[in-house]
Amino acid sequence: MGRRIITGFRIVHAGIINFVRSISIATAAIAVMVITLTIILFSILTNISFSNTISQITAQIDVSVYLKDSVTQSQTNLLVNNLKHLSDVKSVTYLDKNQVLAQYEAQNSNNTQLLSAISQTANPLPATIIIKPYDLNRISDIKNFLTRPTIASLQSDPPSYSGDRELAINRITHATNILREVGVIAIIVFLVVSALIIFNTIQMTIFNRRDEIQTMRLLGASKSYIRGPFIVESMIYGIVAAGISILLINELFVAASSAFQANSLGILNIGYANTYFDNHFFMFLGLQLVIGIIIGSVSSFIATRRYLKMKIK
Amino acid sequence: MILFDRVVKQYGKNGNLVLDRVTLHVEPKEFVVVVGQSGVGKTTLLRLITREEKPTSGKIVVGGIDYDKLKDKNIPMLRRKIGVVFQDFKLLPNKNVFENVAFALEIVGISSKEIKHTVPKVLDIVNLSGKEKRMPIELSGGERQRVAIARAIVRQPRILIADEPTGNLDPKHAWDVIRVLEKINKYGTTVLLTTHNQEIVNKLKRRVVTISNGRITSDKNVLVGVNNRKKEE
Repeated sequence: MGRRIITGFRIVHAGIINFVRSISIATAAIAVMVITLTIILFSILTNISFSNTISQITAQIDVSVYLKDSVTQSQTNLLVNNLKHLSDVKSVTYLDKNQVLAQYEAQNSNNTQLLSAISQTANPLPATIIIKPYDLNRISDIKNFLTRPTIASLQSDPPSYSGDRELAINRITHATNILREVGVIAIIVFLVVSALIIFNTIQMTIFNRRDEIQTMRLLGASKSYIRGPFIVESMIYGIVAAGISILLINELFVAASSAFQANSLGILNIGYANTYFDNHFFMFLGLQLVIGIIIGSVSSFIATRRYLKMKIK
Repeated sequence: MILFDRVVKQYGKNGNLVLDRVTLHVEPKEFVVVVGQSGVGKTTLLRLITREEKPTSGKIVVGGIDYDKLKDKNIPMLRRKIGVVFQDFKLLPNKNVFENVAFALEIVGISSKEIKHTVPKVLDIVNLSGKEKRMPIELSGGERQRVAIARAIVRQPRILIADEPTGNLDPKHAWDVIRVLEKINKYGTTVLLTTHNQEIVNKLKRRVVTISNGRITSDKNVLVGVNNRKKEE
C-alpha cells in the first residue's frame, strides 16, 4: 500500500515536472484545447439561448376556453381538474366572470366610451379557463379534448388559440426547433472533432518523446509507471485549457455587450446567455474541466499504448 | 551468469542470419569484451540479453533466468536486474542528472530517503558530484555516458552490459568510461562490453570474444565457440 502511494505520488510529480519542462510543446497542445473547448462552450451557450427564446414564445401561447353562464361551479372544477391531468398541459388558470371583466377593463383603460358602455350592461364576458401547453407541437391533443361533445356543450364559444397568431407561431416554433436540433448536432460534431484534434496533438507530443518511452521500458519501468506521467501531463493541459477557455468566454461576453448595443441579435439573446453563463459559472468551469481532463487523459492513454506494446520480435 | 547455447537469430524465414549458433558462457564477476566490425551481431547479442529480441532458436539463461520460460509480463522485472549502458546514452531529456539516476530506483519503489542517500554516492563513483542539477543537454558526451553508467549501476545489478559505450566519445572521455566500468567490475559486477575500438581491447587485457558474420570466431576461453571452430577447420 505504502509503495503504491509513493508510486502514485511520483507519477503525479513527474507529470507536473514534465509539463513545466516541456512548456513549448505543451503550449501548442493547450492552444488547440482552448480553441476547441471555447467552441464547445460557445455552442452550448448558443443552444441555451435558442432554447430560452423558444420557451419565451411558448409561454405566450395559450388556449382560452369560454364557459357558458349556466355552467355550475362543480362542473367548472371538474373541467379544470380534468384539464390539469392532461399530460400536455403545463398550467390551467380559471378566471370567473368578474375577473375577466376586471382584466378587460384594465386592458381597455384608455377607452372610456367602451368602459362606460360595459358598465351600463350586465357583465357580458364569459368565465374563462386559460390553458398553457408544454409543447406547441402537441397543442392538437388539447384541441381534441376540448372538442369532445360533453366538453364542447359547456362552452359559449369555440376555444381561442391565441387569436390568429397560431399559424405564425407554429412556423417560428418549427424554425427554432430545427435551430435547436442543429445546435445539439453542432455540439456533438465539435466535441468529436475537437477530441480528434486534441488526440492528434497529444499523439504528436508523445511521438516526439517515443525514445523516452523506449528508454524507460529498457530500464524496466512498468507500463503504468511510464504512461502515468504522460496522462497527468495531458490532464494538466486540459485543466489549463479549461481555465483559459472560461476566461476567454467571459471576456467575449464583455466585448460583445459593449460592441452590440442591442441585447440580442435576432433569436440569439446575448444578454440571456451572459446572465446564464454568470449564474452557472462554476458549472461551466466544471464541465470544461471534465471535458478537458477526459479528452486529455484518454488521448494520452491511447497515444502511449502503441509505444508500450511488449511485442518482441 | 550468462549462457548462450547454440543461439540463432534470423530476421524473416529466408532473411539475414545475424547470429549463427552462438555459444557463450560468461562467469560471474568476469569482464568480457565482445569485438567485431559494425553489423556483425554484437548489438543483437546484447538485445537478446535484455529481451528486446527473441532468438530464432537456441537457449539463453541470464542470472539463473531461463528465457524460454520467461513471460512477457515479467520482462520489466528481468530488465531491473540488468544494468545497461547504450552507445547513444539514452538519458531522459526532461530529467536532470540526479533524476535520471534516481529514475532507476524509483521504478522499483525505493524510498525517497534511500534515493537521496544512494544517488550522490553513485555519482561520486562516476566523478559527477556537483553536477546533480545539470540537464543532459548541458553535459559533454563523456559526462552523459557517465550518467548512463551511474543509472545502470545504481541498482547494484549483478550484470552490466555496455553497448559501444565509447563509440561517441573522444579518446580521453572513452578511457574515463572504461575506467569506471573496470571499477564496477572490481566491486563484483559481471561486465559485458561491446566495442570496435582496438586500442581499448589491447589495453584492457581482458577476455576478448570476437564476432564475425554472426559467429564467434575467437575466444580466449576454450568453453566457447567449439562448434564454430570445427566449422572453420
